[in-house]
Amino acid sequence: MEASSTVRIPTPLRTLTAGNDEVKAAGATVAAVIDDLEKNYPGIKDRLLDEKGVRRFVNIYVGEEDIRFLEGLKTELKGGEQITIVPAIAGGC
Amino acid sequence: MPTTYTDLIADIRKSIATVTLEEIKRRLDEKTPMILVDVREKEEFRDGYIPGAISVPRGFLEMQIEGKVTDKNAPIVLYCAGGTRSALAAKTLSDLGYTHVESANPGFVRWKDLGLPMEKPPQLTEAQRDRYSRHLLLPEVGEIGQAKLLASKVLLLGAGGLGSPAALYLAAAGVGTLGLVDADTVDASNLQRQIIHATSRLGTYKVDSAEKAINDLNPDVKVIKFQERVDSSNVDRIFAGFDVIVDGCDNFPTRYLVNDASVFLKKPVVHGSIFRFDGQVTTFSPHTGGPCYRCLYPEPPPPHLAPSCQEAGVLGILPGVVGVIQATEAIKLILGKGNPLIGRLLTYDSLRMKFGELKLRRDKTCPVCGDNPTITSYIDYEGFCSIG
Repeated sequence: MEASSTVRIPTPLRTLTAGNDEVKAAGATVAAVIDDLEKNYPGIKDRLLDEKGVRRFVNIYVGEEDIRFLEGLKTELKGGEQITIVPAIAGGC
Repeated sequence: MPTTYTDLIADIRKSIATVTLEEIKRRLDEKTPMILVDVREKEEFRDGYIPGAISVPRGFLEMQIEGKVTDKNAPIVLYCAGGTRSALAAKTLSDLGYTHVESANPGFVRWKDLGLPMEKPPQLTEAQRDRYSRHLLLPEVGEIGQAKLLASKVLLLGAGGLGSPAALYLAAAGVGTLGLVDADTVDASNLQRQIIHATSRLGTYKVDSAEKAINDLNPDVKVIKFQERVDSSNVDRIFAGFDVIVDGCDNFPTRYLVNDASVFLKKPVVHGSIFRFDGQVTTFSPHTGGPCYRCLYPEPPPPHLAPSCQEAGVLGILPGVVGVIQATEAIKLILGKGNPLIGRLLTYDSLRMKFGELKLRRDKTCPVCGDNPTITSYIDYEGFCSIG
């Protein structure tokens, strides 16, 4: 049985997840979880990653920790983790 | 049982420990830990007190002391004018379970005659003591904290969704100088959330409209208006003299400009941003070791992925919650109390009604606050934010 994590989807990406603010995804690393998300929600991977890795205006957290300060996309998951996607938002109006 | 006042005071003097003024002076000089409690009336305290003393008038002693001195084993030295009220107070504290209590003998009258050092509390007017009375009751604020607020200068970037509630609460709290930066006029579509403005002021400049609301609320507050958009050419001038920047602007180029300016000018920025039902708040203080905005988001999203409130909509109450948290952070920074959101991103989802907290770290490779910065002066922010 592959590890399954809960992924918090931010408002701007919910158009891709049929409005769901939280979805399940399987994978033993963050990269594998994103691949699994892409299978169910095509287009989401492109919003999170570019050819160099995680887009610079998006942060992905495992628990409270930014994966940039863990092992990046190779950060391993045991299952049951909460993954949070936090995009830059500028609004103050 | 004592039957007269003379008997009572004689009995109490036998049961309590006393300390001389010379000994108190020696402990102050040597910075020996002690909590000095002035038990005289507020009016007496206002005329001067022993440096570092807290004021708990004897009439409020039983009610207030546990709020002000939580450790019952802390070394406490009580004093009054001559040594009698403090002796009675020492007996009360020992009855309340305080174990290390001394009463000064004699008291402040002699202290003053000896020419020993004294402090005077900041002189609030009668009207100010009334207006800020609920603050003055808080040990974390008090007259000294309120004087700090009155002397402080906070700059609000944007008198819009976030700036409106932040400005109102900061004005109410008695922040002495509020800078407002906004080039826009009040539009009817603003009033769903920008609560500092009013229907009667539609069409007027937001800085003028906000000034009117602030003056109505609290005449202690001086408003400095900047009816302009902040950019590389004016940011140093606008930021000069302000202690804290509250960032409630509405676009990425300004966010990055504000960040770089705050790093260069070593000023803390209380950051708030909102999108539809979601909010983010954090405090950037890179000059004290925390991360900056570029550590969090090295690059902005391409414009087509960053719709504004005008395009995407926003729950009117959302900026109220986020702006008020920003105001709270600003007040804490001024007072030097509590734990600010430095290195922490507070996330708020108003639909799920959930707050979350994520760790932010300083990025050693950050181009502006990192170990080897490559951005050391202002750049072309519009250009930087239009590359997608």
